[in-house]
Amino acid sequence: MEIDPFIFRLSIFILSIFVGYYVVWSVTPSLHTPLMSVTNAISSVIIVGAIIAALSGGKGVIFSSSSIFGFLAIVLAAVNIFGGFLVTQRMLAMYKKKKKD
Amino acid sequence: MMSANLSAILYLISGVLFILALRGLSSPETSRQGNLFGIIGMVIAIFVTFLSVGNFSSGFIYVLIFLVIGGSIGAFIAYRIPMTAMPELVAGFHSLVGLAAVFVAISAFINPKAFGLGTPGDIKLASLIEMSIGAAVGAITFSGSVIAFLKLQGIMSGAPITFKGQHVLNALILISIVVLTFYLCSTQSSNLFWILIAVSFLIGFLIIIPIGGADMPVVISMLNSYSGWAAAGIGFTLENTALIITGALVGSSGAILSYIMCKGMNRSFFNVILGGFGATEQSSANQSKEQKPVKSGNAEDAAFLMKNASSVIIVPGYGMAVAQAQHALREMVDTLKKNDIKVSYAIHPVAGRMPGHMNVLLAEANVPYDEVFELEDINNDFANADVAYVIGANDVTNPVAKTDPQSPIYGMPILDVEKCKSVLFVKRSLSPGYAGIDNDLFYRENTLMLFADAKKMTEDITKNL
Repeated sequence: MEIDPFIFRLSIFILSIFVGYYVVWSVTPSLHTPLMSVTNAISSVIIVGAIIAALSGGKGVIFSSSSIFGFLAIVLAAVNIFGGFLVTQRMLAMYKKKKKD
Repeated sequence: MMSANLSAILYLISGVLFILALRGLSSPETSRQGNLFGIIGMVIAIFVTFLSVGNFSSGFIYVLIFLVIGGSIGAFIAYRIPMTAMPELVAGFHSLVGLAAVFVAISAFINPKAFGLGTPGDIKLASLIEMSIGAAVGAITFSGSVIAFLKLQGIMSGAPITFKGQHVLNALILISIVVLTFYLCSTQSSNLFWILIAVSFLIGFLIIIPIGGADMPVVISMLNSYSGWAAAGIGFTLENTALIITGALVGSSGAILSYIMCKGMNRSFFNVILGGFGATEQSSANQSKEQKPVKSGNAEDAAFLMKNASSVIIVPGYGMAVAQAQHALREMVDTLKKNDIKVSYAIHPVAGRMPGHMNVLLAEANVPYDEVFELEDINNDFANADVAYVIGANDVTNPVAKTDPQSPIYGMPILDVEKCKSVLFVKRSLSPGYAGIDNDLFYRENTLMLFADAKKMTEDITKNL
Protein backbone atom coordinates (compact mmCIF):
# COMPACT_ATOMS: atom_id res chain seq x y z
CA MET A 1 0.00 0.00 0.00
CA GLU A 2 1.28 3.42 -0.87
CA ILE A 3 1.55 6.23 1.63
CA ASP A 4 -0.33 9.40 0.79
CA PRO A 5 2.17 12.28 0.19
CA PHE A 6 0.06 14.28 2.62
CA ILE A 7 1.44 12.10 5.42
CA PHE A 8 4.99 13.11 4.46
CA ARG A 9 4.07 16.77 4.58
CA LEU A 10 2.35 16.24 7.89
CA SER A 11 5.54 14.58 9.21
CA ILE A 12 7.61 17.56 8.10
CA PHE A 13 5.10 19.87 9.75
CA ILE A 14 5.07 18.04 13.08
CA LEU A 15 8.85 17.70 13.20
CA SER A 16 9.25 21.39 12.35
CA ILE A 17 7.02 22.29 15.28
CA PHE A 18 9.41 20.39 17.52
CA VAL A 19 12.45 22.01 15.91
CA GLY A 20 10.79 25.40 16.37
CA TYR A 21 10.00 24.59 19.99
CA TYR A 22 13.61 23.83 20.90
CA VAL A 23 15.16 26.55 18.77
CA VAL A 24 12.88 29.26 20.14
CA TRP A 25 13.45 28.28 23.76
CA SER A 26 17.15 28.82 23.18
CA VAL A 27 16.58 32.38 21.95
CA THR A 28 17.83 34.83 24.55
CA PRO A 29 14.96 36.92 26.03
CA SER A 30 16.72 40.16 25.15
CA LEU A 31 16.29 39.27 21.46
CA HIS A 32 12.57 38.49 21.65
CA THR A 33 11.61 41.59 19.67
CA PRO A 34 13.97 40.77 16.78
CA LEU A 35 12.63 37.20 17.00
CA MET A 36 9.14 38.51 16.33
CA SER A 37 10.22 40.70 13.45
CA VAL A 38 12.27 37.96 11.82
CA THR A 39 9.50 35.35 12.17
CA ASN A 40 7.32 37.95 10.57
CA ALA A 41 9.71 38.26 7.67
CA ILE A 42 10.11 34.53 7.10
CA SER A 43 6.40 33.82 7.31
CA SER A 44 6.12 36.03 4.25
CA VAL A 45 7.55 33.14 2.30
CA ILE A 46 3.84 32.88 1.54
CA ILE A 47 4.88 35.05 -1.40
CA VAL A 48 5.59 31.71 -3.10
CA GLY A 49 1.85 31.14 -3.23
CA ALA A 50 1.27 34.73 -4.29
CA ILE A 51 3.62 34.38 -7.26
CA ILE A 52 1.93 31.18 -8.43
CA ALA A 53 -1.43 32.93 -8.10
CA ALA A 54 -0.25 36.01 -9.99
CA LEU A 55 1.04 33.94 -12.90
CA SER A 56 -2.09 31.79 -13.03
CA GLY A 57 -3.75 33.83 -15.76
CA GLY A 58 -2.45 31.64 -18.55
CA LYS A 59 -1.44 32.74 -22.04
CA GLY A 60 -2.11 36.38 -22.86
CA VAL A 61 -4.14 37.00 -19.72
CA ILE A 62 -2.28 39.06 -17.14
CA PHE A 63 -5.08 40.27 -14.93
CA SER A 64 -7.70 37.65 -14.23
CA SER A 65 -9.79 37.53 -11.08
CA SER A 66 -7.42 35.03 -9.52
CA SER A 67 -4.19 36.73 -10.56
CA ILE A 68 -5.27 40.10 -9.17
CA PHE A 69 -5.44 38.57 -5.71
CA GLY A 70 -2.00 37.13 -6.39
CA PHE A 71 -0.55 40.53 -7.30
CA LEU A 72 -2.08 42.09 -4.19
CA ALA A 73 -0.63 39.32 -2.06
CA ILE A 74 2.80 39.89 -3.66
CA VAL A 75 2.74 43.53 -2.61
CA LEU A 76 1.72 42.68 0.96
CA ALA A 77 4.28 39.90 1.31
CA ALA A 78 7.03 42.03 -0.24
CA VAL A 79 6.37 44.84 2.25
CA ASN A 80 6.78 42.27 4.96
CA ILE A 81 9.88 40.58 3.57
CA PHE A 82 11.85 43.76 3.03
CA GLY A 83 10.44 45.54 6.06
CA GLY A 84 10.86 42.53 8.33
CA PHE A 85 14.43 41.62 7.45
CA LEU A 86 15.65 45.21 7.31
CA VAL A 87 14.12 46.26 10.60
CA THR A 88 15.57 43.13 12.20
CA GLN A 89 18.96 44.00 10.74
CA ARG A 90 18.62 47.51 12.11
CA MET A 91 17.75 46.28 15.57
CA LEU A 92 20.46 43.63 15.71
CA ALA A 93 23.08 46.17 14.69
CA MET A 94 22.32 48.06 17.90
CA TYR A 95 23.10 45.20 20.27
CA LYS A 96 26.63 45.86 21.41
CA LYS A 97 28.82 44.46 24.12
CA LYS A 98 30.41 46.57 26.81
CA LYS A 99 33.54 48.27 25.50
CA LYS A 100 36.61 47.15 27.37
CA ASP A 101 38.27 50.31 28.56
CA MET B 1 10.76 24.68 -16.00
CA MET B 2 12.52 23.18 -13.05
CA SER B 3 11.90 19.58 -12.10
CA ALA B 4 9.52 19.13 -9.21
CA ASN B 5 12.08 17.13 -7.24
CA LEU B 6 14.81 19.73 -7.57
CA SER B 7 12.51 22.55 -6.56
CA ALA B 8 11.29 20.51 -3.57
CA ILE B 9 14.89 20.07 -2.41
CA LEU B 10 15.62 23.75 -2.82
CA TYR B 11 12.49 24.65 -0.85
CA LEU B 12 13.72 22.30 1.85
CA ILE B 13 17.07 24.11 1.91
CA SER B 14 15.30 27.41 2.26
CA GLY B 15 13.29 25.98 5.18
CA VAL B 16 16.53 24.85 6.85
CA LEU B 17 18.01 28.33 6.38
CA PHE B 18 14.96 29.76 8.17
CA ILE B 19 15.61 27.41 11.09
CA LEU B 20 19.20 28.68 11.19
CA ALA B 21 17.91 32.25 11.15
CA LEU B 22 16.03 31.63 14.38
CA ARG B 23 18.87 29.61 15.81
CA GLY B 24 21.19 32.60 15.33
CA LEU B 25 19.10 34.59 17.79
CA SER B 26 20.39 32.52 20.70
CA SER B 27 23.02 35.22 21.19
CA PRO B 28 23.50 38.74 19.88
CA GLU B 29 26.87 37.80 18.32
CA THR B 30 25.40 35.14 16.03
CA SER B 31 22.14 36.97 15.41
CA ARG B 32 23.28 39.09 12.48
CA GLN B 33 24.57 36.02 10.67
CA GLY B 34 21.23 34.35 11.40
CA ASN B 35 19.36 37.19 9.76
CA LEU B 36 21.55 36.77 6.69
CA PHE B 37 20.62 33.07 6.51
CA GLY B 38 16.99 34.12 6.62
CA ILE B 39 17.47 36.51 3.71
CA ILE B 40 19.28 33.85 1.65
CA GLY B 41 16.48 31.39 2.39
CA MET B 42 13.91 33.88 1.15
CA VAL B 43 15.85 34.65 -2.03
CA ILE B 44 16.14 30.92 -2.81
CA ALA B 45 12.42 30.37 -2.24
CA ILE B 46 11.46 33.24 -4.56
CA PHE B 47 13.86 32.21 -7.35
CA VAL B 48 12.82 28.58 -7.21
CA THR B 49 9.20 29.66 -7.54
CA PHE B 50 9.99 31.76 -10.60
CA LEU B 51 11.84 28.87 -12.20
CA SER B 52 9.30 26.21 -11.37
CA VAL B 53 6.35 28.23 -12.64
CA GLY B 54 8.48 28.91 -15.70
CA ASN B 55 6.09 31.51 -17.04
CA PHE B 56 8.25 34.42 -18.09
CA SER B 57 5.55 36.14 -20.09
CA SER B 58 4.53 39.76 -19.66
CA GLY B 59 2.82 38.77 -16.41
CA PHE B 60 6.24 38.09 -14.97
CA ILE B 61 7.21 41.73 -15.42
CA TYR B 62 4.19 42.73 -13.37
CA VAL B 63 5.26 40.29 -10.68
CA LEU B 64 8.60 42.07 -10.51
CA ILE B 65 6.98 45.49 -10.52
CA PHE B 66 4.67 44.63 -7.64
CA LEU B 67 7.56 43.01 -5.80
CA VAL B 68 9.57 46.20 -6.11
CA ILE B 69 6.63 48.38 -5.05
CA GLY B 70 6.03 46.31 -1.93
CA GLY B 71 9.73 46.02 -1.25
CA SER B 72 10.30 49.76 -1.42
CA ILE B 73 7.39 50.43 0.90
CA GLY B 74 8.76 47.86 3.33
CA ALA B 75 12.32 49.18 3.17
CA PHE B 76 11.10 52.74 3.62
CA ILE B 77 9.12 51.77 6.72
CA ALA B 78 11.99 49.72 8.13
CA TYR B 79 14.42 52.64 7.96
CA ARG B 80 12.04 55.32 9.13
CA ILE B 81 10.26 53.61 12.00
CA PRO B 82 11.36 54.80 15.47
CA MET B 83 12.31 51.96 17.80
CA THR B 84 9.61 52.94 20.28
CA ALA B 85 7.03 52.07 17.62
CA MET B 86 8.19 48.47 17.20
CA PRO B 87 5.06 46.91 18.75
CA GLU B 88 2.81 48.75 16.29
CA LEU B 89 5.08 47.85 13.42
CA VAL B 90 5.09 44.15 14.27
CA ALA B 91 1.31 44.15 14.70
CA GLY B 92 0.96 45.89 11.34
CA PHE B 93 3.25 43.39 9.63
CA HIS B 94 1.28 40.48 11.10
CA SER B 95 -1.86 41.86 9.55
CA LEU B 96 -0.17 41.87 6.13
CA VAL B 97 0.86 38.21 6.42
CA GLY B 98 -2.70 37.35 7.41
CA LEU B 99 -4.21 39.24 4.50
CA ALA B 100 -1.70 37.77 2.05
CA ALA B 101 -2.73 34.29 3.22
CA VAL B 102 -6.38 35.16 2.63
CA PHE B 103 -5.62 36.47 -0.88
CA VAL B 104 -3.63 33.39 -1.84
CA ALA B 105 -6.42 31.16 -0.56
CA ILE B 106 -9.01 33.14 -2.53
CA SER B 107 -6.94 32.90 -5.65
CA ALA B 108 -6.51 29.16 -5.20
CA PHE B 109 -10.25 28.80 -4.70
CA ILE B 110 -11.13 30.76 -7.83
CA ASN B 111 -8.50 29.14 -10.00
CA PRO B 112 -7.51 25.79 -8.50
CA LYS B 113 -6.13 24.57 -11.82
CA ALA B 114 -3.13 26.91 -11.62
CA PHE B 115 -2.23 25.35 -8.31
CA GLY B 116 -2.89 21.79 -9.47
CA LEU B 117 -5.74 21.36 -7.02
CA GLY B 118 -8.54 20.32 -9.36
CA THR B 119 -11.13 22.44 -11.15
CA PRO B 120 -13.50 25.11 -9.79
CA GLY B 121 -16.39 23.41 -8.05
CA ASP B 122 -14.40 20.19 -7.85
CA ILE B 123 -11.43 20.97 -5.66
CA LYS B 124 -9.68 18.10 -3.92
CA LEU B 125 -11.19 17.66 -0.48
CA ALA B 126 -7.89 17.82 1.43
CA SER B 127 -6.85 20.97 -0.43
CA LEU B 128 -10.20 22.58 0.26
CA ILE B 129 -9.91 21.89 3.97
CA GLU B 130 -6.35 23.21 4.05
CA MET B 131 -7.23 26.33 2.12
CA SER B 132 -10.25 27.01 4.34
CA ILE B 133 -8.04 26.75 7.41
CA GLY B 134 -5.43 29.01 5.83
CA ALA B 135 -8.04 31.57 4.82
CA ALA B 136 -9.87 31.52 8.16
CA VAL B 137 -6.72 31.78 10.30
CA GLY B 138 -5.31 34.39 7.94
CA ALA B 139 -8.46 36.48 8.21
CA ILE B 140 -8.43 36.23 12.01
CA THR B 141 -4.77 37.27 12.02
CA PHE B 142 -5.55 40.22 9.79
CA SER B 143 -8.46 41.75 11.65
CA GLY B 144 -6.98 40.91 15.07
CA SER B 145 -3.69 42.56 14.16
CA VAL B 146 -5.43 45.62 12.81
CA ILE B 147 -7.19 46.08 16.16
CA ALA B 148 -3.93 45.46 18.03
CA PHE B 149 -2.24 48.02 15.78
CA LEU B 150 -4.95 50.62 16.39
CA LYS B 151 -4.79 50.07 20.15
CA LEU B 152 -1.00 50.29 20.25
CA GLN B 153 -0.95 53.34 18.02
CA GLY B 154 -3.45 55.00 20.35
CA ILE B 155 -5.99 55.54 17.55
CA MET B 156 -8.28 53.23 19.48
CA SER B 157 -8.49 53.34 23.27
CA GLY B 158 -6.38 50.68 24.98
CA ALA B 159 -9.20 50.05 27.42
CA PRO B 160 -10.88 46.68 27.12
CA ILE B 161 -14.20 46.81 25.27
CA THR B 162 -16.63 44.34 26.78
CA PHE B 163 -20.34 43.77 26.42
CA LYS B 164 -22.85 41.30 27.68
CA GLY B 165 -22.91 37.92 26.00
CA GLN B 166 -19.51 38.54 24.40
CA HIS B 167 -18.13 35.11 25.17
CA VAL B 168 -21.30 33.38 24.02
CA LEU B 169 -21.24 35.31 20.76
CA ASN B 170 -17.57 34.48 20.17
CA ALA B 171 -18.18 30.81 20.91
CA LEU B 172 -21.12 30.76 18.48
CA ILE B 173 -19.02 32.36 15.75
CA LEU B 174 -16.19 29.89 16.27
CA ILE B 175 -18.65 27.01 16.02
CA SER B 176 -20.14 28.54 12.89
CA ILE B 177 -16.65 28.63 11.32
CA VAL B 178 -16.30 24.89 11.83
CA VAL B 179 -19.80 24.26 10.48
CA LEU B 180 -19.20 26.52 7.47
CA THR B 181 -15.95 24.71 6.67
CA PHE B 182 -17.79 21.40 6.83
CA TYR B 183 -20.55 22.52 4.46
CA LEU B 184 -18.08 24.26 2.18
CA CYS B 185 -16.27 20.96 1.75
CA SER B 186 -19.42 19.04 0.96
CA THR B 187 -20.98 21.61 -1.39
CA GLN B 188 -17.94 23.46 -2.82
CA SER B 189 -20.15 26.54 -2.80
CA SER B 190 -18.25 29.76 -3.35
CA ASN B 191 -20.84 31.70 -1.33
CA LEU B 192 -19.97 29.67 1.72
CA PHE B 193 -16.29 30.38 1.11
CA TRP B 194 -16.91 34.13 1.13
CA ILE B 195 -19.09 33.87 4.23
CA LEU B 196 -16.37 31.86 5.95
CA ILE B 197 -13.83 34.59 5.27
CA ALA B 198 -16.20 37.36 6.38
CA VAL B 199 -17.03 35.57 9.61
CA SER B 200 -13.34 34.97 10.30
CA PHE B 201 -12.60 38.67 9.88
CA LEU B 202 -15.37 39.37 12.36
CA ILE B 203 -14.12 36.94 14.99
CA GLY B 204 -10.56 38.27 14.77
CA PHE B 205 -11.95 41.70 15.54
CA LEU B 206 -14.14 40.45 18.41
CA ILE B 207 -11.36 38.40 20.00
CA ILE B 208 -9.00 41.35 20.36
CA ILE B 209 -11.30 44.23 21.40
CA PRO B 210 -11.84 42.99 24.99
CA ILE B 211 -8.09 42.77 25.64
CA GLY B 212 -6.52 45.74 27.41
CA GLY B 213 -3.46 47.70 26.28
CA ALA B 214 -1.05 46.22 28.79
CA ASP B 215 -1.91 42.68 27.72
CA MET B 216 -0.61 43.49 24.27
CA PRO B 217 2.58 41.42 24.73
CA VAL B 218 0.39 38.31 24.84
CA VAL B 219 -1.79 39.49 21.96
CA ILE B 220 1.12 40.27 19.66
CA SER B 221 2.78 36.94 20.39
CA MET B 222 -0.49 35.15 19.81
CA LEU B 223 -1.06 36.88 16.48
CA ASN B 224 2.53 36.03 15.57
CA SER B 225 1.64 32.42 16.18
CA TYR B 226 -1.59 32.68 14.14
CA SER B 227 0.25 34.16 11.17
CA GLY B 228 2.47 31.07 11.27
CA TRP B 229 -0.43 28.63 11.33
CA ALA B 230 -2.07 30.52 8.45
CA ALA B 231 1.14 30.20 6.43
CA ALA B 232 1.31 26.49 7.25
CA GLY B 233 -2.29 26.00 6.11
CA ILE B 234 -1.46 27.61 2.77
CA GLY B 235 1.76 25.57 2.69
CA PHE B 236 -0.27 22.35 2.81
CA THR B 237 -2.52 23.62 0.04
CA LEU B 238 0.45 24.44 -2.18
CA GLU B 239 2.31 21.31 -1.10
CA ASN B 240 5.27 23.55 -0.39
CA THR B 241 7.85 22.40 2.15
CA ALA B 242 9.41 25.82 2.77
CA LEU B 243 6.03 27.23 3.69
CA ILE B 244 5.11 24.27 5.90
CA ILE B 245 8.41 24.41 7.80
CA THR B 246 8.21 28.18 8.21
CA GLY B 247 4.60 28.07 9.30
CA ALA B 248 5.43 25.50 11.98
CA LEU B 249 8.44 27.49 13.17
CA VAL B 250 6.58 30.78 13.39
CA GLY B 251 3.52 29.12 14.90
CA SER B 252 5.50 27.51 17.70
CA SER B 253 7.63 30.60 18.21
CA GLY B 254 4.58 32.79 18.78
CA ALA B 255 3.03 30.17 21.04
CA ILE B 256 6.15 30.00 23.22
CA LEU B 257 6.33 33.78 23.47
CA SER B 258 2.67 33.95 24.52
CA TYR B 259 3.39 31.32 27.14
CA ILE B 260 6.39 33.26 28.49
CA MET B 261 4.34 36.46 28.61
CA CYS B 262 1.43 34.78 30.42
CA LYS B 263 3.83 33.28 32.93
CA GLY B 264 5.34 36.72 33.46
CA MET B 265 1.89 37.86 34.57
CA ASN B 266 0.99 34.64 36.37
CA ARG B 267 -2.16 34.38 34.33
CA SER B 268 -3.49 31.60 32.19
CA PHE B 269 -3.68 32.10 28.47
CA PHE B 270 -7.47 31.87 28.57
CA ASN B 271 -7.66 34.43 31.31
CA VAL B 272 -5.86 36.92 29.06
CA ILE B 273 -7.81 36.01 25.94
CA LEU B 274 -11.18 36.22 27.62
CA GLY B 275 -10.11 39.74 28.45
CA GLY B 276 -11.62 42.53 30.44
CA PHE B 277 -8.81 42.42 32.99
CA GLY B 278 -8.71 45.47 35.21
CA ALA B 279 -12.22 46.67 34.47
CA THR B 280 -13.77 44.49 37.18
CA GLU B 281 -11.00 44.93 39.72
CA GLN B 282 -10.90 48.70 39.76
CA SER B 283 -13.69 49.25 42.28
CA SER B 284 -12.21 47.04 44.99
CA ALA B 285 -8.76 48.51 44.57
CA ASN B 286 -9.96 52.07 44.88
CA GLN B 287 -11.61 51.52 48.26
CA SER B 288 -8.36 50.92 50.09
CA LYS B 289 -6.82 53.95 48.48
CA GLU B 290 -7.11 56.21 51.48
CA GLN B 291 -4.84 59.17 51.78
CA LYS B 292 -1.68 57.37 52.79
CA PRO B 293 1.48 59.39 53.34
CA VAL B 294 3.77 59.55 50.34
CA LYS B 295 7.25 60.99 50.31
CA SER B 296 7.95 62.97 47.23
CA GLY B 297 11.17 64.60 46.14
CA ASN B 298 12.81 66.43 43.30
CA ALA B 299 15.75 65.85 41.00
CA GLU B 300 18.25 67.22 43.52
CA ASP B 301 17.17 64.71 46.18
CA ALA B 302 17.39 61.91 43.65
CA ALA B 303 20.83 63.00 42.47
CA PHE B 304 22.03 63.20 46.08
CA LEU B 305 20.87 59.64 46.79
CA MET B 306 22.50 58.33 43.63
CA LYS B 307 25.78 60.13 44.18
CA ASN B 308 26.14 58.48 47.56
CA ALA B 309 25.24 55.02 46.28
CA SER B 310 27.72 52.39 45.26
CA SER B 311 25.28 50.43 43.13
CA VAL B 312 22.16 51.46 41.26
CA ILE B 313 19.63 49.26 39.47
CA ILE B 314 17.44 50.75 36.77
CA VAL B 315 13.94 49.31 36.28
CA PRO B 316 12.49 50.51 32.97
CA GLY B 317 8.90 50.00 31.85
CA TYR B 318 6.43 51.10 29.22
CA GLY B 319 6.47 54.67 30.58
CA MET B 320 10.09 54.96 29.47
CA ALA B 321 9.05 54.10 25.92
CA VAL B 322 6.19 56.60 26.00
CA ALA B 323 8.45 59.38 27.29
CA GLN B 324 11.23 58.35 24.87
CA ALA B 325 13.54 58.56 27.87
CA GLN B 326 16.02 55.82 26.93
CA HIS B 327 18.74 58.18 25.64
CA ALA B 328 18.42 60.53 28.62
CA LEU B 329 18.60 57.48 30.84
CA ARG B 330 21.82 56.25 29.28
CA GLU B 331 23.38 59.70 29.72
CA MET B 332 22.46 59.63 33.38
CA VAL B 333 24.01 56.17 33.72
CA ASP B 334 27.19 57.34 31.97
CA THR B 335 27.53 60.11 34.52
CA LEU B 336 26.97 57.64 37.36
CA LYS B 337 29.59 55.31 35.95
CA LYS B 338 32.09 58.13 35.79
CA ASN B 339 31.60 58.44 39.55
CA ASP B 340 32.43 54.73 39.94
CA ILE B 341 28.88 53.71 40.67
CA LYS B 342 27.90 50.24 39.49
CA VAL B 343 24.79 50.35 37.34
CA SER B 344 22.71 47.52 35.93
CA TYR B 345 19.29 47.26 34.32
CA ALA B 346 16.51 44.91 35.42
CA ILE B 347 13.92 43.86 32.84
CA HIS B 348 10.64 42.21 33.72
CA PRO B 349 9.37 39.76 31.07
CA VAL B 350 6.20 41.78 30.47
CA ALA B 351 7.74 45.25 30.69
CA GLY B 352 6.61 47.24 27.67
CA ARG B 353 4.13 46.31 25.00
CA MET B 354 5.86 43.36 23.36
CA PRO B 355 8.40 40.67 24.30
CA GLY B 356 11.89 42.20 24.53
CA HIS B 357 10.58 45.74 24.00
CA MET B 358 12.78 47.30 26.72
CA ASN B 359 15.90 45.48 25.52
CA VAL B 360 15.57 46.97 22.05
CA LEU B 361 15.09 50.48 23.38
CA LEU B 362 18.11 50.20 25.64
CA ALA B 363 20.16 48.76 22.78
CA GLU B 364 19.08 51.73 20.69
CA ALA B 365 20.40 54.06 23.37
CA ASN B 366 23.75 52.23 23.17
CA VAL B 367 23.38 50.40 26.46
CA PRO B 368 25.65 47.34 26.24
CA TYR B 369 23.50 44.20 26.39
CA ASP B 370 25.66 42.63 29.10
CA GLU B 371 24.52 45.30 31.55
CA VAL B 372 20.89 44.34 31.03
CA PHE B 373 19.52 41.47 33.09
CA GLU B 374 16.36 39.39 33.13
CA LEU B 375 14.24 39.09 36.26
CA GLU B 376 15.59 35.79 37.54
CA ASP B 377 19.20 36.85 37.04
CA ILE B 378 19.00 40.10 38.94
CA ASN B 379 16.24 39.74 41.51
CA ASN B 380 18.63 38.73 44.30
CA ASP B 381 20.78 41.80 43.71
CA PHE B 382 18.13 44.29 44.81
CA ALA B 383 18.79 43.47 48.47
CA ASN B 384 22.42 44.57 48.07
CA ALA B 385 21.77 47.60 45.89
CA ASP B 386 21.60 51.11 47.26
CA VAL B 387 19.21 52.72 44.83
CA ALA B 388 16.56 51.39 42.48
CA TYR B 389 15.47 53.84 39.79
CA VAL B 390 12.00 52.82 38.57
CA ILE B 391 11.28 54.60 35.33
CA GLY B 392 7.94 53.92 33.71
CA ALA B 393 7.33 50.55 35.32
CA ASN B 394 4.58 50.05 37.88
CA ASP B 395 2.67 46.80 38.37
CA VAL B 396 5.80 44.69 37.86
CA THR B 397 7.29 46.20 41.03
CA ASN B 398 4.17 45.96 43.21
CA PRO B 399 4.99 43.98 46.40
CA VAL B 400 1.28 43.25 46.80
CA ALA B 401 1.81 40.45 44.29
CA LYS B 402 3.72 38.62 47.02
CA THR B 403 1.74 39.58 50.09
CA ASP B 404 -1.95 39.97 49.32
CA PRO B 405 -3.75 36.85 48.09
CA GLN B 406 -6.82 39.02 47.39
CA SER B 407 -4.97 41.06 44.82
CA PRO B 408 -5.64 40.32 41.15
CA ILE B 409 -1.90 40.27 40.50
CA TYR B 410 -1.16 37.93 43.41
CA GLY B 411 1.44 35.37 42.40
CA MET B 412 2.79 37.39 39.50
CA PRO B 413 6.60 37.34 39.60
CA ILE B 414 7.78 40.85 40.42
CA LEU B 415 11.07 42.65 40.65
CA ASP B 416 12.00 42.89 44.34
CA VAL B 417 12.58 46.61 44.12
CA GLU B 418 11.37 47.24 47.67
CA LYS B 419 14.42 45.41 49.06
CA CYS B 420 16.69 48.21 47.91
CA LYS B 421 17.93 50.70 50.48
CA SER B 422 16.09 53.44 48.64
CA VAL B 423 13.69 53.42 45.73
CA LEU B 424 13.29 56.33 43.34
CA PHE B 425 9.99 56.04 41.53
CA VAL B 426 9.46 58.31 38.54
CA LYS B 427 5.79 58.73 37.75
CA ARG B 428 3.51 61.48 36.58
CA SER B 429 0.95 61.01 39.34
CA LEU B 430 -0.19 58.53 41.96
CA SER B 431 -2.66 56.91 39.59
CA PRO B 432 -2.62 53.12 39.65
CA GLY B 433 -1.24 51.04 36.80
CA TYR B 434 -3.29 49.41 34.08
CA ALA B 435 -4.53 46.69 36.39
CA GLY B 436 -6.15 49.39 38.51
CA ILE B 437 -4.18 48.20 41.49
CA ASP B 438 -2.62 50.64 43.90
CA ASN B 439 1.13 50.10 44.17
CA ASP B 440 2.11 49.43 47.76
CA LEU B 441 5.61 50.56 46.92
CA PHE B 442 4.53 54.23 46.78
CA TYR B 443 3.89 54.29 50.53
CA ARG B 444 7.02 52.52 51.69
CA GLU B 445 9.48 54.22 54.04
CA ASN B 446 12.33 53.85 51.60
CA THR B 447 10.48 55.11 48.53
CA LEU B 448 10.88 58.60 47.18
CA MET B 449 8.32 59.53 44.55
CA LEU B 450 9.53 61.77 41.73
CA PHE B 451 6.44 63.25 40.14
CA ALA B 452 7.47 64.30 36.64
CA ASP B 453 7.81 63.23 33.06
CA ALA B 454 10.34 60.38 32.90
CA LYS B 455 12.60 62.04 30.36
CA LYS B 456 12.53 65.47 32.01
CA MET B 457 13.25 64.03 35.45
CA THR B 458 16.14 61.88 34.17
CA GLU B 459 17.71 64.89 32.47
CA ASP B 460 17.32 66.98 35.61
CA ILE B 461 18.98 64.31 37.73
CA THR B 462 21.92 64.18 35.33
CA LYS B 463 22.34 67.94 35.66
CA ASN B 464 22.41 67.64 39.43
CA LEU B 465 24.92 64.80 39.57
